[in-house]
Amino acid sequence: MTLIKHELRQGKLSLIIWTGSIGALLAICICLFPEMKGQMEGVSDVFASMGSFTEAFGMDRLNFGTLIGFYAIECGNVLGLGGAFFASLCAVGMLSKEEKDRTGEFLLTHPVSRRRIVTEKLLAVFVQIVIMNLIIYVLSTGCIAAVGEEIPWKELNLFHLSYFLLQIELAGICFGVSAFMRKGSAGAGLGIAAMMYFLNLVANITEAAEFLKYITPFGYCEGADIVADGCLDGRLVAFGLTLGAAGIAAAYLKYCRKDIAV
Amino acid sequence: MEAIRIENLSKYYGKARGIEQISLSVAEGEFFGFIGPNGAGKSTTIRTLLGLIRPTGGHAAVLGFDIEKEKEKILARTGYLPSEAMFHSGMRVRDVLKFSADLRKKDCRDVAAGLCERLQLDTGRKVDELSFGNRKKVAIVCALQHEPQLLILDEPTSGLDPLMQKAFFEILRERNKQGVTVFLSSHILSEIQRNCTRAAIIRAGRIIVCDSVEALSQTNARRVNIHGSAALEGLAGIRDRKEAEGVVSFLYNGEMKALLQVLAAGDVVDLSVSEPDLEEIFMHFYEK
Repeated sequence: MTLIKHELRQGKLSLIIWTGSIGALLAICICLFPEMKGQMEGVSDVFASMGSFTEAFGMDRLNFGTLIGFYAIECGNVLGLGGAFFASLCAVGMLSKEEKDRTGEFLLTHPVSRRRIVTEKLLAVFVQIVIMNLIIYVLSTGCIAAVGEEIPWKELNLFHLSYFLLQIELAGICFGVSAFMRKGSAGAGLGIAAMMYFLNLVANITEAAEFLKYITPFGYCEGADIVADGCLDGRLVAFGLTLGAAGIAAAYLKYCRKDIAV
Repeated sequence: MEAIRIENLSKYYGKARGIEQISLSVAEGEFFGFIGPNGAGKSTTIRTLLGLIRPTGGHAAVLGFDIEKEKEKILARTGYLPSEAMFHSGMRVRDVLKFSADLRKKDCRDVAAGLCERLQLDTGRKVDELSFGNRKKVAIVCALQHEPQLLILDEPTSGLDPLMQKAFFEILRERNKQGVTVFLSSHILSEIQRNCTRAAIIRAGRIIVCDSVEALSQTNARRVNIHGSAALEGLAGIRDRKEAEGVVSFLYNGEMKALLQVLAAGDVVDLSVSEPDLEEIFMHFYEK
């Protein structure tokens, strides 16, 4: 527990900044909705006829004029990208920062097993992700209620669940990467998150690239699919979480045997 | 029981040599010195003993526990002072001390307060703002506050001013009297000579010699510089003689009395007798 508390304290500022930024952007988007709703009649048609661009963001299947359509696209991108970046950054630095900041020597000469260090650090990542998602969830529902729209509970819950799972998966993968890195891990984290995001855009545009949905967690976060199906794609989720678990397993295997550089 | 027992320990970083076939034994309660120049393998040896890096070959036991299988037991009973201490940014000194104690599941506040007072360490300061010497003090308190059975110190005095060095060695001697084993790695010979009972010299990854400090000191030559002239030819124990611009310089490990007689008979304007630097002592051991 000591290390979890320590990591939460160390990550406090970053968590506040990311949660604040994503929360503020989401809140602004939601507050803009009532004003946009009236003008949406025409805009929806425009958005729906932008070819590949439309498909990339799933705007061919969602109605921008309804709260759920708007939320899935606008807020989905904010929470999807923002959350993915936060989770990746947080996880990818978690193990490697001890060597980058040269604090590993201090930490690892205490009577705490490597396995325990990995476990507590991993839990610290998850706790931060959970905190961020809870705050964002409460804020979103609060904002929707505040602008006088009816809250589409089922879809909303599924969206937030899917983005939570996405963050957990990315965090698992990046945590694995973190065990192998000593320097420059932030770039790797951002790179992984951005790559996954763009893979999904490609998968949306080209049918031949549909298989990419299995690789990127954004595949099961597609708002259009969630609204249409009324559930998450269990196969994609299971596949994704397996990837995340593989990352975590790699972290344990590597870090428990790793030579710690000064 | 032996506090430290190392048998044929080797560590390679890829193909690069860290240490090769090191064997060493330190008895409980000893004040042991580990001397060697930078890059000789002192830190590699220590970091292997503490489980930070895995040995390529050989075995070692610390306080009777295997360094690979029983690492946590070793770490719980050992205090380690790294040569360059770094702490997590944003923390205050007291947070670091508390964090270290918490990781050891111990309440060390009383001992820590005593140590901070003796070392004049302000616990309210942020570690990011500390100078190298003050960071060292934090590391010293972290290494000592849980009252370990064994202290492993890697170049402990670098960054400390002479007064602090004195206070620090006083603490070490007190602990040593209470039965604590001290393993002191350093490249400062005088530090080892003043404090240690036994010492090992490491160079290029291998232990060259391991003996009592007394015995090592006896073989220590002196660097003598003479401005002027003296009849040195008949004198035994002169090596590495150099002459330039009226100054004669040589390493001497013969009888001091004989040297003084020769010098008194000669025409000496100025004279200096100093401890040879470490490199010269290593050369001495190499030639043997």
